[in-house]
Amino acid sequence: MRRFAPMILAAFALFAGACEKKTQPAPSGQGAPGGQAAQPAAGGGTPAASDTIVLGEVGSLTGAQATFGVSTRNGVDLAIKEANEAGGVKGKKLKVIVYDDQGKPEEAAQAVTRLITQDKVVLILGEVASSNSLAMAEKAQAAGVPMITPSSTNPSVTQKGEYIFRVCFIDPFQGFVMAKFARENLKADRVAILQDNKSAYSIGLTDVFTAKFKEMGGSIVTTQSYSQGDTNFRAQLTAIKKEKPQAIYVPGYYNDVGIVARQAREMGVMVPLMGGDGWDSEKLFELAGNSLDGSYFSNHYSPSNPEPKVQKFISDYKAAYGGVPDALAALGYDAAKVAIAALERAKDLSGPAVRDAIAQTKDFPGVAGTITLDQDRNAVKSAAILQIENGTTKFVTTIHP
Amino acid sequence: MQTASAVSGSGGSSGVPASLRGILPVLVALPVLLVLEWLLSNSPFASYLLSIMAVNIILAVSLNIVNGMTGQFSIGHAGFMAVGAYLAGVTSLALKDVALSFLPVAVSDQVFLVVALLAGGISAALAGFLVGLPSLRLRGDYLAIVTLGFGEIIRVVVTNTEAFGRALGLSGIPQTSTVAMVGFWVFLVVLVSRRIAGSSHGRSLWAIREDEVAAEAMGVNTTGYKVRAFVISSFFAGIAGGLFAHFVPIINPGSFTFVKSMEIVVMVVLGGLGSTTGAIVAAVFLTLLPEALRSAFAAFGSESTLAQQVDQIRMPVYGLLLVVLMLSRPQGLFGTKELWEVIPRWIPRRRKGM
Repeated sequence: MRRFAPMILAAFALFAGACEKKTQPAPSGQGAPGGQAAQPAAGGGTPAASDTIVLGEVGSLTGAQATFGVSTRNGVDLAIKEANEAGGVKGKKLKVIVYDDQGKPEEAAQAVTRLITQDKVVLILGEVASSNSLAMAEKAQAAGVPMITPSSTNPSVTQKGEYIFRVCFIDPFQGFVMAKFARENLKADRVAILQDNKSAYSIGLTDVFTAKFKEMGGSIVTTQSYSQGDTNFRAQLTAIKKEKPQAIYVPGYYNDVGIVARQAREMGVMVPLMGGDGWDSEKLFELAGNSLDGSYFSNHYSPSNPEPKVQKFISDYKAAYGGVPDALAALGYDAAKVAIAALERAKDLSGPAVRDAIAQTKDFPGVAGTITLDQDRNAVKSAAILQIENGTTKFVTTIHP
Repeated sequence: MQTASAVSGSGGSSGVPASLRGILPVLVALPVLLVLEWLLSNSPFASYLLSIMAVNIILAVSLNIVNGMTGQFSIGHAGFMAVGAYLAGVTSLALKDVALSFLPVAVSDQVFLVVALLAGGISAALAGFLVGLPSLRLRGDYLAIVTLGFGEIIRVVVTNTEAFGRALGLSGIPQTSTVAMVGFWVFLVVLVSRRIAGSSHGRSLWAIREDEVAAEAMGVNTTGYKVRAFVISSFFAGIAGGLFAHFVPIINPGSFTFVKSMEIVVMVVLGGLGSTTGAIVAAVFLTLLPEALRSAFAAFGSESTLAQQVDQIRMPVYGLLLVVLMLSRPQGLFGTKELWEVIPRWIPRRRKGM
């Protein structure tokens, strides 16, 4: 070892002396993967001419948020089926290959690589959870395959590059919507927050809600945290009860919120709860029973919206899969519709052509609102506020950006 | 690749000049890995799958040093992996825009990857030392409880640290890992594992595994040996995590849960506690199985939606296969034997003493 020590030191000195700034410029607007593999291969993944167009989808069909993945898949399937019945796109039939990622980013990256390199898809749909979408976005961007995420609301997803789009609004907007609703419609001054500190989604919503609510003249009396999967929230609820808030903002996922609501009512906390689109699942009512009556959450769409296209979507969905479609199904349907319309418009099926076609999407009539994609590839659209009553949701109002 | 390195790992037998014996395996492995890298340069999916497989091999083989050879029961391997992944990731992010002037960019990226990996590996080893020192003084199941707790602590710490990207995860780490790089570390962990098994250090570990009291009575410093084995194992888990962070676009606390730890334990138990090649075979098998099932189901009906529906029952089938395997071979695939002791005579067996 003594023999080697000076050599190692010398090597270190050499390295330290030779360090310099990397010369090649990082591609703008993306996470700048160092070294090779940064540029999207132009036209990569152009499929051979055949009579079907293959799309790819990745979703968490198993795992903790399985209902999200399954709803999205159903929505996508429905849109594809309709398109095929109407004669397909450019005279070709559409086909979707769906892979399960078990809700894990490394599995999502693996599945998306498989879709791009083995199945040669022209376009990718997915995921719901932002972490998984980020993993996919990096791969799709590097390969130059356009990707549309139906429902990842974290702002960083579409910042991965110009091939990544979304058809939903982003977290800051949802936080803003609920703050505005709480202040203007509920006339609340004092609100407590119970956030899930294990989920970026929940933290994102909390941050914006806090900032906007204070800006509008309200005050946040306390911010308590829990971890996804907790089953006892009494400690946090006791602290909240002490502050006597007029409402509690719980921007978590349905599986936790159901239990939170039940325990809050048991402890005599009767003020309305407020939340985001993470509440949206049939399972919420199974878990919460009647304890969520009178609570509000912001969502992408409302099944009780009387517009004919929404009602047609709901009846078609019921006929095919049973059950009322949740927002994720509606967004999956919209994402697939946007993709189909873009494929129709694109001059060929190469990556750049499809990308440009998607980017042109303007005033697209989706079931979850009218979609216009801005220059950051995010959808500009309004949010619906829903009220819970007797185990169903009731449309209250629409809040515009 | 695995068998080649395993065989060359135990190499250095007759016919080789003594001065070369120490580095012979490296001389054999490097060209093989570079050829492999060149062959795979155009198939990202195969590279990704091989990298995942390689990381699992490193994890399984390193855990085998503790769980198999020493007979301790550690169930927090994913925690050490997380330490390695996050520290290597943060190091790489910090060094992202730096290059070495006298080397081509691709080579200097690899140099910095090694620097990041070592940062991850050494911090994991340090964590292993801190966790191992108090808990390995005791006998029995205490290590299991402590490592379980450690794994959870790491996950919670990461979830609540801004610098580690909190719950969303750390993304934008330069994706500089290559098949040759992961292959090299696989080779290294196998070499280390086999060399330990054949050394007097290894015989002490086996003695501890068989009977701790007897080993102590024979003058083996049981705590010392156990801690050393544990630190080596943690180091390689950290390296595996570091590699993982350099080919998976985002690392997030959800990837390092207790379930991941159990997956690694399953690999070791399935392969046979104490068998290095068994751990390798099990890791390869368990990595490929879910993907193979995906292909098998896709073959059933790529036109219908059957393949899509069926993708969901992939994991239950995987579980079922595990149950069947454990029922039919409770000692694991190989028991404590190595690959070349279980299969055939047509591989000449010269070294009984390994």
